[in-house]
Amino acid sequence: MIIDGKLLEYLENLSCLTLSDGEKERLSADLGEILSFMERLGELDAAGVPERSHPFDDVNAFREDEAGGSFDRSLILRNAPEKNGEAFIAPKTVE
Amino acid sequence: MNWETVIGLEVHAELSTSSKIFCGCSTAFGGEPNTRVCPVCAGFPGTLPKLNRAVVEYAVLVGLALNCEITRQCKFDRKNYFYPDLPKAYQVSQLYAPICRNGRLDVRADGEEKSIGIREIHMEEDAGKLIHDARSGKTFMDFNRCGVPLIEIVTHPDLRTAAQVIAYLEKLRETLLYLGVCDCKMQEGSLRADVNLSVRQAGSPPGTRTEMKNLNSFRAIARAIDYETKRQTEILREGGSVLQETRRWDDEKGFSYGMRSKENAPDYRYFPEPDLLPVEIDDAWLNALEKRLPELAHQKRERYVKDCGVSEKEAVIITAHKNVSDLFETLSELSGSPVESAHLVTGEIMRLLNQNNILPEELSPDARGLAFLVRLVSEGKINRNAYKETVEAVFVRGADPEKYIAENNLMMLADDEEAAVAVAAAVAAVLAENPGAKADYRAGKEKAFGFLMGQVMKKLGGSGNPDTARKSLKAALGE
Ligand SMILES: [Zn+2]
Repeated sequence: MIIDGKLLEYLENLSCLTLSDGEKERLSADLGEILSFMERLGELDAAGVPERSHPFDDVNAFREDEAGGSFDRSLILRNAPEKNGEAFIAPKTVE
Repeated sequence: MNWETVIGLEVHAELSTSSKIFCGCSTAFGGEPNTRVCPVCAGFPGTLPKLNRAVVEYAVLVGLALNCEITRQCKFDRKNYFYPDLPKAYQVSQLYAPICRNGRLDVRADGEEKSIGIREIHMEEDAGKLIHDARSGKTFMDFNRCGVPLIEIVTHPDLRTAAQVIAYLEKLRETLLYLGVCDCKMQEGSLRADVNLSVRQAGSPPGTRTEMKNLNSFRAIARAIDYETKRQTEILREGGSVLQETRRWDDEKGFSYGMRSKENAPDYRYFPEPDLLPVEIDDAWLNALEKRLPELAHQKRERYVKDCGVSEKEAVIITAHKNVSDLFETLSELSGSPVESAHLVTGEIMRLLNQNNILPEELSPDARGLAFLVRLVSEGKINRNAYKETVEAVFVRGADPEKYIAENNLMMLADDEEAAVAVAAAVAAVLAENPGAKADYRAGKEKAFGFLMGQVMKKLGGSGNPDTARKSLKAALGE
């Protein structure tokens, strides 16, 4: 599959990344190779294999509805790149 | 030219489980920012979600109440988007196999019955809250609401008028409240409705639709529908075309505006959620849930009229809110008099709620005390005025009814000799004090009787038996 400039720009927007021209060139090639590799799956004869959405056969892994287990706020906020005493802080987002 | 409005609704309801959908954090509203958060709902890498069984059960209950088919093998999907209210950068939702499908809700609006098709109900997680600070240009993130369980109830585009939309929402809210799965507080965001609306010429294929968000009350929804219908009709009438977009309603200013186009072309790249196993609902589980379905408002209305002798009008008022019908049922049971209980709930209690600005959801009176009064009045042991007065004292001030009646001397005098003497004395005194009214009555002025009766009751205090007093007064005047 060919990753052209238009598609790459679209992916850039979706992932909120800004790429330099050099990075764009390298990534186009890289992503193209990844997709070609994945396309090899299409060569597999999957006739007769039932469609499924999950690799495991199990179903219904539940927890009961009991409240508890919230973390201390200082612990939750500890890794945040920017925070105040009570909230995570991010750059301005559009409304 | 005849224009027709075509409306579909997406309603988000926060489920009133104790814990979140994929972790044990509390779902209670409010709380200091980021105090109901753990690594799972904050989206820390390496954590895994575990599904809350009650969420599946609540969703199935709603599906059953809305006549849906229940998807026996359902699963979750990942909806990807970048926005800081969602720390994982994706929302766990259901796209390919939602838990309920093909239901309907029958509503009554504009004087006719209409069946509104429910396309699907799916389970998903709520997002966090953002506070944008204009001064610093920063966004503050509170993840308490992240992972609170939601169901989204999606209709077919079957609605045509604002009145139908409101009737649908009212009945849906009533159903969710009776099921006890959502507290439906729009002001707290636990019930939210998005409106999809397009306009077409009658008989034509559907026009381009817009989606309206930020509708926080039934009134806002009705106003937004009127506004959008006019806006689209105007555009089409002038030969223009409607832009497919998401619009935000500003209730204060009374208009809506389009949101930035970048948000109008979302690409969510849905794929099956690998971190959660599929959900299988077998016959045994489904049967158990069917048995758990409580009696719903419309069923209660029928029963109150048929089995309890309550009037249709009163039954509608009583069932408009679950708390009110709960109170009515408790009062009927404790007092043994459903008809008198219905009068009390639809009369005095409603008046006192309005007068004291109490919402039906906050209603929690001393039911035992009120039932005691219902029994007294139906057995003719207190008169109507004393009853009303004591109900108010119990309801508003939390008075003990027995004590209140004793202290204020409100118990009706028994029909014994002593009472007869007291009544006769009061009648004689009133007639002596009001010769004018007495003469008026004898001259044929019926009104004068009511006045004299009032004076007699006043003399007797709250304890007078109106029947005895009336008879005694009639006899005295007939002399
Ligand atoms: Zn959590």
